[in-house]
Order: sequence, then C-alpha cells, then structure tokens
Amino acid sequence: MSGLTFKGGIHTYEGKELTKDKKITDLQPVSPELVYPLSQHIGAPAVPVVNVGDRVLRAQMIADANGFVSSPIYSAVSGTVKAIENRRNVQGVMTMSIVIENDELYEEAPGIPVRPINEMTKEEVIEIIRRAGIIGMGGAGFPTHVKLSPKNPGKIHFVIANCAECEPYLTSDYRRMIEEPEKLVAGLKIILCLFEHAKGILAVEDNKPDCIRILKDLCIDEPRISVKVLKTKYPQGSERQLIYATTGRAINSSMLPADAGCIVNNVDTIVAIYHAVIEGRPLMERIVTVTGDAVRYPQNFRVYTGTNYNDLIEAAGGFKSPPGKIISGGPMMGFALFDTNVPVTKSSSAVTAFLKDPVSENPPGACINCGRCVEACPSRLLPSKLADIAEHYDEDRFTKMNGLECVECGCCSYICPARRHLTQEIKMMRQSVLAKRKKK
Amino acid sequence: MSESYNVSASPHVRSAVSTSKIMFFVTVSLLPACGYGIYQFGFNAALLVAVCIASCVIFELLFELIIKKRPTISDLSAVVTGLLLALNLPCDATWWMGIIGSAFAIIVVKMLFGGLGQNFMNPALAGRCFLMICFTARMTSFSFDGVTCATPLYTIREGGYVQLTDMFLGRIPGTIGEVSTLALLIGAAFLIITGVIDFRIPCAYLVSFVIFMGLFAGHGWDITYLAAQLCGGGLMLGAFFMATDYVTSPITRTGRIIFGICCGLLTGLFRVFSSSAEGVSYAIIISNLLVPLIERMTLPKCFGKGGEI
Repeated sequence: MSGLTFKGGIHTYEGKELTKDKKITDLQPVSPELVYPLSQHIGAPAVPVVNVGDRVLRAQMIADANGFVSSPIYSAVSGTVKAIENRRNVQGVMTMSIVIENDELYEEAPGIPVRPINEMTKEEVIEIIRRAGIIGMGGAGFPTHVKLSPKNPGKIHFVIANCAECEPYLTSDYRRMIEEPEKLVAGLKIILCLFEHAKGILAVEDNKPDCIRILKDLCIDEPRISVKVLKTKYPQGSERQLIYATTGRAINSSMLPADAGCIVNNVDTIVAIYHAVIEGRPLMERIVTVTGDAVRYPQNFRVYTGTNYNDLIEAAGGFKSPPGKIISGGPMMGFALFDTNVPVTKSSSAVTAFLKDPVSENPPGACINCGRCVEACPSRLLPSKLADIAEHYDEDRFTKMNGLECVECGCCSYICPARRHLTQEIKMMRQSVLAKRKKK
Repeated sequence: MSESYNVSASPHVRSAVSTSKIMFFVTVSLLPACGYGIYQFGFNAALLVAVCIASCVIFELLFELIIKKRPTISDLSAVVTGLLLALNLPCDATWWMGIIGSAFAIIVVKMLFGGLGQNFMNPALAGRCFLMICFTARMTSFSFDGVTCATPLYTIREGGYVQLTDMFLGRIPGTIGEVSTLALLIGAAFLIITGVIDFRIPCAYLVSFVIFMGLFAGHGWDITYLAAQLCGGGLMLGAFFMATDYVTSPITRTGRIIFGICCGLLTGLFRVFSSSAEGVSYAIIISNLLVPLIERMTLPKCFGKGGEI
C-alpha cells in the first residue's frame, strides 16, 4: 500500500508494539490531590470560579474561560478545593493551579444541557463545545471552538480527523479507533453538521491496517466521509503536512488551516466533541499511554485530568530500573520531566520512560554539512544553517531563510550525525523572534 | 520533591547514524581500491597508506593537544583524509612525502580553519596538490611492473593506443587508488546503497564531463576514447569519493547538481587544454571554493511557499 505523503520526514523506531494490544483500562486517581493548572490551552488562562474551602462535584466547572481564545476547566472528582496556588506543570514551570482534595465519592454535577443534534443551531453546538472545555488534545491545546469558528464557514471544504498518530510509542489514538470507532465517526459527523460544504476525511497511517478496515466499514454508508491512507512517516500528523498529504493544499506559518479550507482535529478531540454534544459531558478525562523500555507493564489508561503522573507510573507497575529520562508525551515532541509529581492535563498524551538518555550520551560535534537535516526537514528549510544563524542571533537572516516556518518537529536533531541540537537552537530563536514581534 | 531526572529539549531520540559511523563506511568503501593498489604496487604502496593515515591522525591529535581543544580523532575523519591522500599518491612517492602531504592537509587546510566541518577545500586533495607543486617530477612519474612509463591518459593524449579492459581492471600505471575502475565502482555502489553519498554529485560530474569531452576534445563521440577518459586518471576516485566530501560540497540538492557540473566542466577543460593530461584534483578544489556561492544561489523554497511539491 503506498499511502499519501509529503516531502521530507524521518522513519524512527516506532515502539508502538509495547502498548498496541493493551486495552484501555480505567484508572481512578490514587493520590488524594488533583491539580488543575489554569493554563492548559493556548490563549488566556482560565479564571477560577470556586474558592478555597468550597465543595465541588465531579463535572463541575472550577475555572471559566477568560475571553474567546480560552477554555473552561472542570473537576473530574468530587471533593474540596484545598488551595489555589502555584504548582509545577509538565513543562517544569510553576503555574497557578486549583488543587482539589478527592473525597472519593465521585458525586456528579448535572452535565451541560443538550438537545438532539438536529434541533440545535450551529452556534448552539459550538457553544456546547466551548463550554465543555474542549481543546486540541494532540498536544498543541488550541481551543477547539475557535478552530470551529472560521471567518467563512461556507468555504471549509475538508474536515480532517487526524488519526495519523505519527509520534513514536504513542497508542492512545490507536486504541480509541479500535475500541470506540463509532464515537470518532459520530464526532466527525457533528463537525460536518457545522460546515455543509465540507467533506470529512479520516486520515490514518498505513501501519494501522486494522483501524483502516474498521473505519472503512463504518463509513460505508457515509457519503460525506472517506478514509485516506497515509504513508507511515514522522511527522505525518503535523497539521501542515497532513493537510498537504490529504488535500494537496499547502499552508505556511502566516496562514491558518481554514485559509486552505481545512479544519484538522485529532482523534481524542473529536471523541470529546461527541461526549459533549451528545451526552453533555465536559472534558475531564483522556487516554494516556504509559510506555517506554523503563516501564514494567506499559499500557493505555483512561484517566481523569488532574491525576498525578506518579499514579500512572505506579499503575503501570513502576520502573524496571531507574530511568535515564522520563518524558511527558512522545520522544519526538514531548517534554522531559525532572519531577514526576505533575498533573495530567487535557493535552497529556503519554508518559514515556527510557532506561537510557541518548541525548546526554551523545554530546554534539561539528557540523559536517552532510545535508541529512535538509533532506529530513518537512518545512523544506536548511536546519544546519538556521542553527548557525541562531547561535549568532542574526534575526534578519533567520527570517530571510524562513526560520519562522519551522514546525519544531525534531526531525533535524533526530537525524543529525553530529548530534547537534538543531531543533532546540531554531526553536529558541524562533520563539524569541515571535515574542519580540508580539511586543511590538 | 521527588527524584530529579535528566532534562533536555525534544526530540529525545537520535538516529543510529553518527559522524564516526559515516567515516567508517567511507573507509570501508575505499578498501577494494586500496587493496587492489597494494596488490599491484606492493610494499611501498602499503607503507604509504600506513604512513599517511598514521600521520594525519597524529597531526590532528597533536594540534588539538597544543591548542588545548578536545581531541576529535575518534570521529575517524583524519583516517579518511589520510587514506584518500595515500590513494592519490604514485607508488614511487617516498614515505616522507606522505608525511609532508598529511601535515599540509591536516594542519594547514583542516585545523587552521577550525577543524572538521570548517575546511573550505578537500584536505586530501589540497595535500596532493601541494605535493604536486613541491615535488612535480616525483609526483608525475608512474611506474608499472617496476618500469617507469606513461599513464594511459598521457598515451591517448599523444594519440597512442590503450587497452580498455586493462584500464577498467586496473592493470595500468597511476596513483595507488585510482587505477582500478572496477574496485572504485564497488566502493561507490556501497556508499550509494548505504545512503552515505548522494548520487547527484557523481552523476552530474560524469555526465557533464562526457559532454564536454565529446564537444571539445576533438575526438567527437568516439566511445572508446570517452570510455578511456572516464576510466583513466583520478576521475572515478574524484567523482565518487572526493567531490562528494560533505564539508566541501553544497548542502542543497540543486546545489549539488551545479557543483557536479562545475567539477565536470573544469576537469574537461584541464584535460583538453592544459599542459598536463590530468585535472581532477584541481577541478575539485576550485569547485570547492565555489560552494558558498552555489549554496547561496540555490536556497530551497520552503513548505507553503512553493517548496512542498
């Protein structure tokens, strides 16, 4: 099967066999405290609507959105608000969070009022999605209702379900597609209701033939939805590369997917939309893969947001031996943790623990100009040159050589035979240039 | 607070291909040519190979110790330079010429410009050209079966007759590593299959060279003549093993094609119009100097601005 693809990219060791066949198991929090950072999404941090000492119920809103590009946060347990204070998040930063003491009663608040989908207006549907606190759960955390409100809804031609899951080791989307594919298709149909000119695309990599078969069977009577098979390659699930592979349209950093008539959402996000719009359930759980060669029993969990990472690691049998590195997310784009006492947020997709850390074991050497980074770059940049420019902080040349087009996928650092930290250099320069522009 | 773990920016995995592995592959790919050279030219060839490799590594190590830099000899790039230099010497060269060439290649061309990755021309070729200027007579006298005789390239230049099969297999006078086209092609195939070198440079080099020779050498499209030109001299060694040196060739795909064409045209120009019959070394090091310009001219378009196709 030769799937759809893009130029560049890399083939890494996939590591998915560790957890691919492990059914999703429900995990209830063990640690008494659940921590909810107010900033789990791109945009303004949410504002607490509870006070210290208040009793909250499961599915009760504890922080509300602050403006349009923001998202509310719900408690996944019933209990007492213990504190509203700075706690460490997965990036290692102390950030304002609501701490809830679990009373283990799981008393539930009434959900979001919903009516049958065909009786609601589009605005009502989007409002439910906004109120449910749904954000891009693939990692970026962009509020979904903003994505679903483009300037010209009539000009959206494709709604793409990102089922690529190109990040090595991750199997949470895969398990979702195997276990609850009807929810994914139903969720995609809800989004299609918002855009009457759009076609739905389920984009799956060809290393998941069982998912392709299941989804194709489910969509046999869905004239608006098709399953497209992608070549297995990292970063196939990157928004720009995915849009190009499935529709042939290309966008750059100054454009939004909607400018190319596309809207992209990942599997977990679409399932969350289903839960919100059909069942009135706000976003308070997600699937997390706990994996890596340091984990004793790697598996997939359905966990409540706010759960401590240590609970996840414990539930997976702990570590075989002390790990060299623990990552929140997958090995290509995840954050290295120096402390595992951090909470699961809406965008935590995995905990990956490795016995060895190849980054610290391989100190960077001199660039030999081999061009492997150029071949691998999905944005078609010259990473080695951009990293040199970043070292000298030459803003003009960086912009001129399209450094701002970098998607920070990590392919260049992965492939570099001299082990240079290319992605890191380019990312830092890029973020500093963007921050400067924002100030102006 | 619980335990602290290693942190670094993503990605947290690395490919298995490292600089030293690449250099090791290049060394392996040169073994057939090297082995054949030693088989044909005997003890002095083996001595030169050993002397060049050892002195390149030692010079690099000494230089780094003196300027108090972290030793980098484990990346094996000095081994490759030494081996290539030896393969570019005639078997009659003396061992001290090997040392002088290595010193020039490593200290002047490579280390003084900042070490691996910073040299602006191929160190081995620069070393050879340096020796050519210093010891012209010794560097251009080739013997075969103990008898000094003309190289096939010189013979055809003078209108003489050459045996193509001998040229292909290597039963001809020449430098240690350049004589056997067959052995070189085996090594080149290994490099292309393992993905170490890009086929663009050698292809552009050989094709443009053949076209130039067909047009300007005065023999028209005579297959035997063109085949002799391809198998003769250092062309195969240069096209597959030295023009493809990462550091001194462009990083962009189109740049590599342009670079190959430059090498091909210059080689043709030197072979047809200069007083010497050979010109591969000079063609490559002059093209090396054009690399920054070629790279600047061939900046690729990025994704979303036309580069995605």
